[in-house]
Amino acid sequence: MTATPTEIMTVTASRLLKDHKVVFAGVGIPLLASALAIRHQAPHLTIVLEGGIIGTALRAGHLPISTNEMRAAYGAAMLTDVTDIFLFAQRGYFAYGFLGAAQVDMYGNINTSFIGSPAAPKVRLPGSGGANDIISLCTEIFIVTTHEPRRFVEKVDFITSPGYLQGGDSRRRSGLAFGQIGKVVTDLAVLDFEPVSKRMRLRALQAGVTVSDVQQATGFSLLIHDDLEQVDPPTAEELAILRELNGVGQTTAVTVRS
Amino acid sequence: MTTFLQARAALESAGREHVDKRMSAADAAALVVDGDHVAIGGTLYSRTPMAMLFELLRQHRQRLTLSRPLTCYEAELFFAAGAADKIVTSWVGIGLQWGLSPIVRHYVEHGLAEYEEWSHLGLGMGYKAGAMGVPFLPTLTMMGSDIAVQRKLVTLQCPYTGQSVLAIPAVIPDVAIIHAHRADKFGNIQIDGYAHMDIDIARAAKRVIVSTESIISPEQIVADPSSTVLPHFAVDAVVEIPFGAYPHECYGLYEADFEHFDDYVALVKSRGADGAREYVESNVFAHEDFAGFLAQVGEVRIEDQCRKARELTVQ
Repeated sequence: MTATPTEIMTVTASRLLKDHKVVFAGVGIPLLASALAIRHQAPHLTIVLEGGIIGTALRAGHLPISTNEMRAAYGAAMLTDVTDIFLFAQRGYFAYGFLGAAQVDMYGNINTSFIGSPAAPKVRLPGSGGANDIISLCTEIFIVTTHEPRRFVEKVDFITSPGYLQGGDSRRRSGLAFGQIGKVVTDLAVLDFEPVSKRMRLRALQAGVTVSDVQQATGFSLLIHDDLEQVDPPTAEELAILRELNGVGQTTAVTVRS
Repeated sequence: MTTFLQARAALESAGREHVDKRMSAADAAALVVDGDHVAIGGTLYSRTPMAMLFELLRQHRQRLTLSRPLTCYEAELFFAAGAADKIVTSWVGIGLQWGLSPIVRHYVEHGLAEYEEWSHLGLGMGYKAGAMGVPFLPTLTMMGSDIAVQRKLVTLQCPYTGQSVLAIPAVIPDVAIIHAHRADKFGNIQIDGYAHMDIDIARAAKRVIVSTESIISPEQIVADPSSTVLPHFAVDAVVEIPFGAYPHECYGLYEADFEHFDDYVALVKSRGADGAREYVESNVFAHEDFAGFLAQVGEVRIEDQCRKARELTVQ
């Protein structure tokens, strides 16, 4: 089985999730990767969704399009309200926050609000949704997105969801008391953040990808880890689970917003 | 902007009576006047009070502000029909697979309408402050973001620990409109599944309209009081409208009609705001009431959504 770039990215992201933890997943690839993790290495992972859904099981072939719908609630242990689910996050129950990103910058800040100037936007994007709160309140954040220069920019047009802001200790100084941006997972690489400057750093390469490939797909100069690793390609088992989850011929959950 | 004190004073001077509050959608819509801030229950395509929203369009309300945790295509209909000129929300669209909303893009990018963006929890804390009767609530979210800057939010120091917290001002809608599973005639309300922000929205608002899938007896309410999420004294109008959230979902009863969204999106992608106006013409104005729209959709299609809901909630 040959894995697609989206499948490679999804499998790589799913491997970050450890058993017995709670993950607050955004819709799309984050949710799909979380569902894969439960069926693979993390059977006791609890998936939480912003619709107030705790412990969703998800039904293969019937993945939700939104995190606020019956498909998302399938097999859940608890249904509460939206504000309440974020208050659980604020209390510190959620080890992982798992997000996609329309545009991310060298400090892990995410923009899902405007392309161009906020005063006169070229494109009005959908907005934060729960992303701002997930990145502000969960303990470790993973971001998963396709690796393209238009997505990986030096400075986002608008900080919808705060990463490390201007780097260094600026996140803490802003008043954000919790959270770190752990990893950014793409179809080309895994990236982390250099501990002092908090600048994005190339940590591992997907199979067959070079440092130059990653740099060319990135709109700013990447730091590179001294001990650069290789990501193992998806196993047949991981791919089989992923495809079963998606349902034959269904593209709903893996459709990446362009 | 209503202050928390004004909202309190309104309750003190005109508390609700324990009376039969059943009325038609048309009569309930009279509680909404031009220029009102209308908070809409549900989230995205879940338990949207669609029948009441259609009624507001049918009665040609104007200059409304619509607030909602996640906003679906109802905002496009209200913009295109000239019924609203502002949304207050954290996200707008139908879902990723339907792409960006061309209508919202057109209206907001051209300055024809305003999109006041909040984080999900930010808006939730605003409603909650309103519901709690306090002027603001502290939170640890949204700080450092440009959304907080745009909203001119103020950071305070906790008087006990020195911790920085963001002060989210109370959001007090003029009217809340929510859709429930069950209600009695007095306005005791029961909801199944996830509650979205409906309870806070209702408790924050000055006037509250509840559409309901069914009316049950006060005795049935009393038999299951822990399912009651709003008491009668927090409700002004009870409107019985079966399938009143269609084409959106109602937990356990019917799933969202994704093909209806496909058709709508195809229409607005090819015809823009005119397409949205055509949708309002043929689905709202062409009918005297919501039952007319449902009849046009047809029983077979609606029963199909009910079957899907049963498959997703009976395990």
